[in-house]
Amino acid sequence: MRKASGDVKISGVTLAFCQALLLFVLFGTWYVLTETGVLAPFFFGRPLKVAHVIWEWFASGKIYPHLAITLLETILAFVAGSLLGLGIGLWLALTPLASVLADPYIKAMNAMPRVILAPIFAVWFGLGVTSKVALGVTLVFFVVFFNVYQGVKEVSPVVLANARMLGASKRQLLRYIYLPSATSWVFSSLHTSVGMAFVGAVVGEYLGSAKGVGYLILQAEGVFDIDTVIAGIFVLTVFALLLDYIVTRIESRLLVWRPKTAETEAM
Amino acid sequence: MSEAAPDAAALDLEGVTCAFAARGGEGRYVAVRDTSLTIGAGEFVSVVGPTGCGKSTLLNVAAGLLAPSSGRALVHGVPLTGINARAGYMFQSDALMPWRSTLHNVTAGLEFHGVAKAEAVAKAREWLTRVGLTGFEDRYPHQLSGGMRKRVALAQMLILDPEILLMDEPFSALDIQTRQLMENELLELWSADRKSVLFITHDLEEAISLSDRVIVLSAGPETHPIGEFAIDLARPRDVAEIRMQPRFNEIHEAIWQVLKSEVLKGYAQSKR
Repeated sequence: MRKASGDVKISGVTLAFCQALLLFVLFGTWYVLTETGVLAPFFFGRPLKVAHVIWEWFASGKIYPHLAITLLETILAFVAGSLLGLGIGLWLALTPLASVLADPYIKAMNAMPRVILAPIFAVWFGLGVTSKVALGVTLVFFVVFFNVYQGVKEVSPVVLANARMLGASKRQLLRYIYLPSATSWVFSSLHTSVGMAFVGAVVGEYLGSAKGVGYLILQAEGVFDIDTVIAGIFVLTVFALLLDYIVTRIESRLLVWRPKTAETEAM
Repeated sequence: MSEAAPDAAALDLEGVTCAFAARGGEGRYVAVRDTSLTIGAGEFVSVVGPTGCGKSTLLNVAAGLLAPSSGRALVHGVPLTGINARAGYMFQSDALMPWRSTLHNVTAGLEFHGVAKAEAVAKAREWLTRVGLTGFEDRYPHQLSGGMRKRVALAQMLILDPEILLMDEPFSALDIQTRQLMENELLELWSADRKSVLFITHDLEEAISLSDRVIVLSAGPETHPIGEFAIDLARPRDVAEIRMQPRFNEIHEAIWQVLKSEVLKGYAQSKR
């Protein structure tokens, strides 16, 4: 299956080569501009220095504990936020009265820029892992919550009536119809919610912490070490891409029952 | 059930009226008015009527999915409250759980009734063989053709061995060849243990070729039965061949005389 190339007539190898070339040109331009002093290295960093910092981090192993902490925070925030979103989403979707009651508050909380809660979480939970997880949870929760709510509301009435005719009790409807339907929506929002958990972890670290990649960036910024800041950004980017790749793999495993638009229907 | 009268019909609708709040909230829309019909034990009854005449409403009342505004439904002489546990329902549109494989869609009913997993799977395999779907156990509904999905739905319903089958235009979405195949298969399965069937369709030929009795409904709103015809064609039948018989044409002609004006009325309403 061809993916990114779409309708463009270009072979995979050529495409990969051109993409690599583009990257090379971008870095080349950056290198030339900062070396010749057109861009001040103090503000824009030096590509070779950045590469050196990254090399040092991985060669000395200094980065691993920080990556581990960021990863741990991301996973915890994702799991806690998803479970909370799933539970409350199911509950509100199935009890109309609670849903009507909570509606304005849900909307208000979702509208609130939740990153601003980080200082409060820092005061409540300290500078450790918990405060970052809390921030991540507030971000992940709403993504999952709205998807679950939608998922339950959009359960096909025919599938529901059929299950009732087959003898499903209320609890069985919840377990065999609503829950699978809702979780399928959670899985389809996996990319967004994992991304949100990651944002929560890094922003939380950046705003106050003692460990994590966000902390490294914060430290470097404090001494105007722009090379290290950029190195941190690169590491985070690659890390995020890796997470996204893993999520894609998990997703295709979990959603085998879903028709893909490009797939021809088996007769 | 012990309290059931021994000679009671399998299914009785007595003076059923269904009114819904009209769109816009003003007044009400009476879909079905004062309808009574009886399905004897082991009888195959079809209900025909123009599109949008409230046929499905009647079926939902019989299934216990919808409480009538007035009147009542009796199952083997006992008034129906809640879901009709002695009936199986085959829906017009796809009702399979898309996240379950063929096999587990068929086991669903048994699982709901607390049957052990191994037993449910064994029984489901048996039923999938009977509807000709061996080898498709692990496919998901979207990987099956329309006809195959109907077979799964049939197995899903029949595995619970319901006494009454309620079928809502189950084959209307299929092409004509597949449809006739499915109709023949249904007749074959039905003749094995003669369940009571209430079959809804808008296709008169389908109704005649399958049924013992055909009931004609008027165009909506306020639908009610306007004619009833016994189909005295010999069984076993082949739905493709039976259409060539002169007697089939006579019956068709007789019912069509009654149905025609209602179809035109229904058509005129749908244009408005």
